[in-house]
Amino acid sequence: MAKNTLYDKVWDAHIVTRLPTGQYQLFIGLHLVHEVTTPQACDMLRERGLRVAYPERTVGTMDHIIPTDSRERPYADAQAEAMMAALERNTREFGIPLLDYGSGRQGIVHVIGPELGLVHPGMTVACGDSHTATHGAFGTLAFGIGTSQVRDVLATQCLSIAPLKVRRIEVGGTLGTGVTAKDVILHIIHELGVQGGIGYAYEYAGAVFETMSMEGRMTVCNMSIEGGARAGYVNPDQTTFDYLAGREYAPKGDAWERALRHWQSVASGADAEYDDVVELSGGDIEPRVTWGVNPGQSVAVGEPLPDPALLPAGERETAELAYAHMKLEPGQRMTDLAIDVAFIGSCTNSRISDLRAAAEIAKGRRVAPGVKALVVPGSQQVLKQAREEGLDRIFTDADFEWRDAGCSMCLGMNPDKLVGDQICASTSNRNFIGRQGSPTGRTLLMSPAMAAAAAVEGRVIDVRGLD
Amino acid sequence: MTETRIRTIDGRALAIRGDDIDTDRIIPARFLKEITFENMGKYVFHDVRFDESGGRKPHPFNEAANEGACLLFVNANFGCGSSREHAPQALYRWGIRAIVGVSFGEIFAGNSEMLGMPTATASAETIAALQDAAETAPATEWTLSLESMTVSGGGLELPVHLAENRRKALLEGYWDSTATLVTNAALVEQVAARLPYMHGYD
Ligand code: SF4
Repeated sequence: MAKNTLYDKVWDAHIVTRLPTGQYQLFIGLHLVHEVTTPQACDMLRERGLRVAYPERTVGTMDHIIPTDSRERPYADAQAEAMMAALERNTREFGIPLLDYGSGRQGIVHVIGPELGLVHPGMTVACGDSHTATHGAFGTLAFGIGTSQVRDVLATQCLSIAPLKVRRIEVGGTLGTGVTAKDVILHIIHELGVQGGIGYAYEYAGAVFETMSMEGRMTVCNMSIEGGARAGYVNPDQTTFDYLAGREYAPKGDAWERALRHWQSVASGADAEYDDVVELSGGDIEPRVTWGVNPGQSVAVGEPLPDPALLPAGERETAELAYAHMKLEPGQRMTDLAIDVAFIGSCTNSRISDLRAAAEIAKGRRVAPGVKALVVPGSQQVLKQAREEGLDRIFTDADFEWRDAGCSMCLGMNPDKLVGDQICASTSNRNFIGRQGSPTGRTLLMSPAMAAAAAVEGRVIDVRGLD
Repeated sequence: MTETRIRTIDGRALAIRGDDIDTDRIIPARFLKEITFENMGKYVFHDVRFDESGGRKPHPFNEAANEGACLLFVNANFGCGSSREHAPQALYRWGIRAIVGVSFGEIFAGNSEMLGMPTATASAETIAALQDAAETAPATEWTLSLESMTVSGGGLELPVHLAENRRKALLEGYWDSTATLVTNAALVEQVAARLPYMHGYD
């Protein structure tokens, strides 16, 4: 059993009681809600005559279904309109603050929570979305939950949950040029497998994470679930504190000093014990691209695609399915592949540093003929900052479409979708069959710079070789 | 307190083969736009069951012999991917009441439990035997017993596993977690009062 890790400290501080089932009742410090999981959860509350226990620890926004081209209400899609209306009605009725379009703070839940300073080290966070682990970048325990658990948290500010084991993933050394946080997490998932993290919280540690920006840490923690881990975190340090200083909901003045002392105390101790430790070397990581139908199926960009016969038995069948769906062949290289769409966005890679990295590639170039390229900032605040830096102009001058904040083409719930078997260079987190809205669509996950490079070249390319 | 104790699940079974069947395959995201779960049963496995013009494709959930089945035999990492409760809801509303597989996506398993739908695990050999039996003799009546932790039918009786806390929750009728959690409101307040961020770190 792990001891004196951040996980242990935060978990212990939030235990309400042990339930008759043996699970724990865990207090949740911050509950983020959005339009997709709340309608059913709020209906369940009404059916039972329950109220929201801690509305002030709950924050709502809209992200999954909103169109990113026109915000005109009612939305063209009647179902999207109904869902939005339900969110507005429910947050009003239950007294939950709603960061809607008019607030200027709307965005993807996992982008706005951190940027508003709502997420503090040592907290527990829950949200009805599996990428909630993003908030672990701040040294929190952050859990993605289902609708009935959203109901639990609304009604009681608690989860019924079994403890996790802790695996420390230590990535030492330094990253090469052109290698990003996205490549690090794709590498980790490739090494440990999409099921490797089941039952674990991942602690990301080592020199690579110590020197990584908060936004990079968020990208890594975001995809913990793609490696099977329910939660992932980085211990809070000066980088964390610097990021939080001055944010809207961050403590100020004396409270800041007291908060700092508390935050420092929640980091894993030097004597911490782990259930498992994995060591990887940052120098081995190259820019990566997925070629298959789960995020574990990735290669270093120049590498030939694997021969299913040489894969471990458990991976063979999925690899064959992936080859059939992706219309690819073993031995082929991803750099041979022409793309139809490039999508830069999602809670994995839609923050200002992601847009800057993409803009650096886009600057002075043009999207290749026949390619549709979208840039979708993760929040209205990211959008605003990008505008102030002139990034929007760089993109539009290069023929990228510049959109409003939302989940967009990360999942097929809004008008941004792949058509037929289009191939999409995407900075999102899931390449599951059908994920981007077309049952035959093909998703290649990669970093923002790699996606922007693919957009301008019209094919997958090693961003380090772009002249 | 909900008093729905679940001891056995009895009925016919069907098999879905393949590892890593993710929640997008169980229920494609475009169906998540409905604000109730009511219709989810119709959409289960939609894109592998129906072609683009709505015609039925060969799929276990389309076969007449499997209609009314309530046990589902699956392989490894079933339900990986998103936290959408729509996935277990879709299976449940189609008629599934228990799933036996090599392993499950964690959030999926938790979501299933909240519906009172156990996700029991078994060795790859056991699953292969169950899937073969269910496919060759779909009329077989099966029993998943949470008391003996076995699945039996068609002359087979094989061991299955379920985390003790999940098994207990189902057997003792505590799987409706809201009802349980609400009873501890006073303790919740004590914990909240102890947490520095709950009162401005003073
Ligand atoms: S961007 Fe994608 S993964 Fe992130 S919250 Fe939205 S839909 Fe989920």
